[in-house]
Amino acid sequence: MTHLSKSPWILHYDASSCNGCDIEVLACLSPLYDVERFGIINTGNPKHADVLVITGGINEQNRQVVQNLYNQMPDPKVVVAVGICASSGGVFRECYNVVGGIDCIIPVDVYVPGCAARPESIIDGIVRALSILEEKKRMPAHGRATGGGER
Amino acid sequence: MITLPFLVLFPAVIAILLLLVSADAWRRLVVKAGALIIGIASLYLLFITPETGPGFFPVEFDSISELMFLAEMVIAAFLVYLGIKYKKYLAIFLVVAQAALLVYYESLAATGTHIVPNLFIDQFSLILALIIGIIGSLICVYALGYMATYQEHHPEVRDRRRTFFFLMFFFLSSMFGLVFSDFLPWVFFFWELTTLCSFLLIGYSGTGEAINNAFLALNMNLLGGIAFVGALLYLAFVSPGGELLNISTLIHSGHMVALVPAVLIAFAGITKAALMPFSAWLVGAMVAPTPVSALLHSSTMVKAGVYIIVRFAPVLTGTMEGLIIGLIGGFTFLLASAIAISQSNAKKVLAYSTIANLGLIVACAGVGTYKLVWAAILLIIFHAIAKSLLFLCVGTVEHRIGSKDIEDMTGLIVRMPHVAVMMFIGIAGMFLAPFGMLISKWAAIEAFIEAQFGLIFVAILAFGGSITVFFWSKWMGKIISVCPVAAKVENRIPQEKWIALSLLTAMTVFICLAFPLISSYLIEPFVLSVYGATTRLSQDNVTIMVMMLFLLMIMPFSLLWFRKEKNIVPPYMAGRPATPDLHFLGSMGVTRQVTLGNYYLEEVFGEKRLFMAGTALCFGLILLVGTLTAGVAL
Amino acid sequence: MILLEYAVLFIVLAPFIGGLLAGIDRKLTARMQGRVGPPILQPFYDVGKLFQKEQIVVTPSQHFYVLSYLVFIVASGALFFAGGDLLLVIFAFTLAHIFLVLGAYSSYSPYSFIGAERELIQIIAYEPMIILAAVGMYMVTKSFFVWEIMTSSLPLILYLPGVFLGFLMVLTIKLRKSPFDLSTSHHAHQEIVKGVTTEFSGPMLARVEIAHWYENVFLLGFIYLFFAWNPLVGIIAIIVAYLLEILIDNTFSRATWKFTLKSAWIIAGMMGLVNLGVLYYLSGVVPV
Repeated sequence: MTHLSKSPWILHYDASSCNGCDIEVLACLSPLYDVERFGIINTGNPKHADVLVITGGINEQNRQVVQNLYNQMPDPKVVVAVGICASSGGVFRECYNVVGGIDCIIPVDVYVPGCAARPESIIDGIVRALSILEEKKRMPAHGRATGGGER
Repeated sequence: MITLPFLVLFPAVIAILLLLVSADAWRRLVVKAGALIIGIASLYLLFITPETGPGFFPVEFDSISELMFLAEMVIAAFLVYLGIKYKKYLAIFLVVAQAALLVYYESLAATGTHIVPNLFIDQFSLILALIIGIIGSLICVYALGYMATYQEHHPEVRDRRRTFFFLMFFFLSSMFGLVFSDFLPWVFFFWELTTLCSFLLIGYSGTGEAINNAFLALNMNLLGGIAFVGALLYLAFVSPGGELLNISTLIHSGHMVALVPAVLIAFAGITKAALMPFSAWLVGAMVAPTPVSALLHSSTMVKAGVYIIVRFAPVLTGTMEGLIIGLIGGFTFLLASAIAISQSNAKKVLAYSTIANLGLIVACAGVGTYKLVWAAILLIIFHAIAKSLLFLCVGTVEHRIGSKDIEDMTGLIVRMPHVAVMMFIGIAGMFLAPFGMLISKWAAIEAFIEAQFGLIFVAILAFGGSITVFFWSKWMGKIISVCPVAAKVENRIPQEKWIALSLLTAMTVFICLAFPLISSYLIEPFVLSVYGATTRLSQDNVTIMVMMLFLLMIMPFSLLWFRKEKNIVPPYMAGRPATPDLHFLGSMGVTRQVTLGNYYLEEVFGEKRLFMAGTALCFGLILLVGTLTAGVAL
Repeated sequence: MILLEYAVLFIVLAPFIGGLLAGIDRKLTARMQGRVGPPILQPFYDVGKLFQKEQIVVTPSQHFYVLSYLVFIVASGALFFAGGDLLLVIFAFTLAHIFLVLGAYSSYSPYSFIGAERELIQIIAYEPMIILAAVGMYMVTKSFFVWEIMTSSLPLILYLPGVFLGFLMVLTIKLRKSPFDLSTSHHAHQEIVKGVTTEFSGPMLARVEIAHWYENVFLLGFIYLFFAWNPLVGIIAIIVAYLLEILIDNTFSRATWKFTLKSAWIIAGMMGLVNLGVLYYLSGVVPV
């Protein structure tokens, strides 16, 4: 057992979210849910992060940003798509400006559906992401993944 | 001891040769040969200097003093001519005043003096001679490459390189004469020669600004010269037989007699070392070509100013006058360092740093305990090497990138790797442990605590020292930023520049390793002979510092170890994709570029405010010491 | 007198003590905020995790600077605990910090750059006070050597109360606690992303963290020097001082650089200089 699951640092990014899911993510950091007791810290810096927590879907403006952030995170890393918009585009899926969920651009490991996703689900999702993180550490890395292609 | 007059006269011979030679190839040969010989002769001095106390070399030719007086009058006439030509009436007034006082002195002296003037050598003169002979020669070699490029870049400036090199070597000659003379009128003569060389070299480019700054330097140095003649006059009155006109006898003669001339000569030293309130001329002198700044205005001529004050430290120590002179130095250190934070012109930063360090040396000399004199001499050595290296680096960089501004030196490590590393070492040598400047400041702090009123100086050193950390570090940071998209421009640097730069860099590092030896063979014997007591860094500390230096020298090998690092990612730009030189698509669809500029903290450390504060404060202190000295004299 | 054994003990034990200290810090902070907080060993998990991450850099020269930073922090701390010259220790630490600053500069990144400039301002803010503290200790014990200061029977705190207060103030800066955590801070306090450490990741960041632990142990040692005449009082003083720092950290928000510089220089300088001035005057009256 590595230290990765005992000290998962997250990078929280709002792709095109309405902020509903973001508020729920931030609620997790508040004393009521207090994810820091699991060693989770919200860093604002991809280079320090293990878990990319993304809300909202992909559109033209944030496509390269999400790619960039994902590339600047060191391996091993996991992506948690929070909310239905991040999972599949949500109610905005058919809009002209929305490309789709996060997995259009980068590989997603855990989907946390909901609109807005509840803090309990988010925490649950992150905990599941941690075990995936452990697996990724155990498996030898096959070069730096530059993210999935578009669907 | 023929080496002493040889070192005084030989550079002058080279100078005259260079005045006649106009072909570039011959000039380069003469300069390099001359520099080599001067360097070797200076090193030879190491072996013939007596271990304890000074060695005297009486000069039996009676007519030399008369020739000097004649030369001084000719120089005065020349300066008056130039003053009329450029309508600088203050200069004319000061020249005439100094000449008149000199004539008066000569008339007094002619009736009394029958002593034979001496040249002398002791460890302190030896140290200065090594600086002049080795560093000075290297700078002259560097100047060959620099001036060739300079004339290319400035076709509007008349090519007066014959005069330039004549003056450079003539200046070396005068400096040797200054540090080897025991007889004060001779010291004065060489002092005036250095003022003349500085004046002519600052005005080399002939632009209005250069001429104005040259006259500013001339005026302030003449003020010092007048004070110097004042000291000679006082001595002529007090001891008509002229016994006290030798530095060695004057210093050992006892406080009351020596104090007045000591203060007057210290004032001359203050003007020459550009302490506040006279700092403006040094900053203005930066318009001169960089070898001039390196030779005269950081490592050699201004060192003459502090040299003479350190010589008189045994007289100044323990007196109120000495303390005030020390305070002038101390406050100059503090304020000049602070001003350097707000400067982005690299030569101005170096100028203010020079002024600050000279102030620190004078602070040590003014308070003048034996420990402080030890620290002061250490400061002189390390500062001369590191500062000249930095000036030469700045000159080289300026010629390749076309700018002296630190902001334009971003990413120098990519564009000019070798020069950037040398500049890095030079800057590190100015303020980082375990390099020499830091050792000297450390020794000074420890020595000041035990001196009277030392707490003021300790506070000045604590605050001033931290301030220097700031402006040096941000410069260092600028040059080691790895800006990936930058063309290498390090080719086409003349060989002469590389020789000088590499040797000086090697010396900066080597002298740190060798400093315990320098201390025991050169500095301690001198301090012992003057004060009867000496000091040194404890053996434990020396060992630790050598260990630190070794650590510092092996750490860069980690660069080789990690050279094969392949996982390179862009810097964090909030996720915005950016080019390697930080162009990104900003708001409104406009492509913007990030520019990273250092903090200059103008509101706190602005030049105008602090300069006025320093000038006013130090002017007040000078008035104070003048009043006190007048009280003693009368 | 150089005590090699203590230096070795420091080099071996300080990371553990420093890490525990960081863990207790986070736990107490959490409790103050009404939270549960991470386990006390959390900093070790953090560093362990960082070592298991892939090393990515913006430029390979970062390795050199961060490694030098760590090496010189350890060397300076070892020198302190070996009983060396206190001023040399201070200057060696400055050397180490300059390497950290250079590491931030080398990456040519906006956030690191501002972090580096602010770090330099922090350095010039605290350095005078620390030098004055060392000078004060010399004035009382007549020695700069840590060994002699520690074994002196004089209650330094009674001679140097102003200096100690000034030192506590700059301690806030050195420990990177609010309101003076300008250049880099705990994750919860970020302002310019992570400032100086923005472009460091993985094992490199772990080294920076470990260097912080070493330095914190040194700072505790420095506090102890003021109370060295009675070890029990010394330990209590360390605990009280650190608790005070945590309290200040959680109470105040970040100050501007101007305020930091001014307060460190003026207030701390005043307290320190007045104290030393009084000592100077008294030492002419009462032999110390």
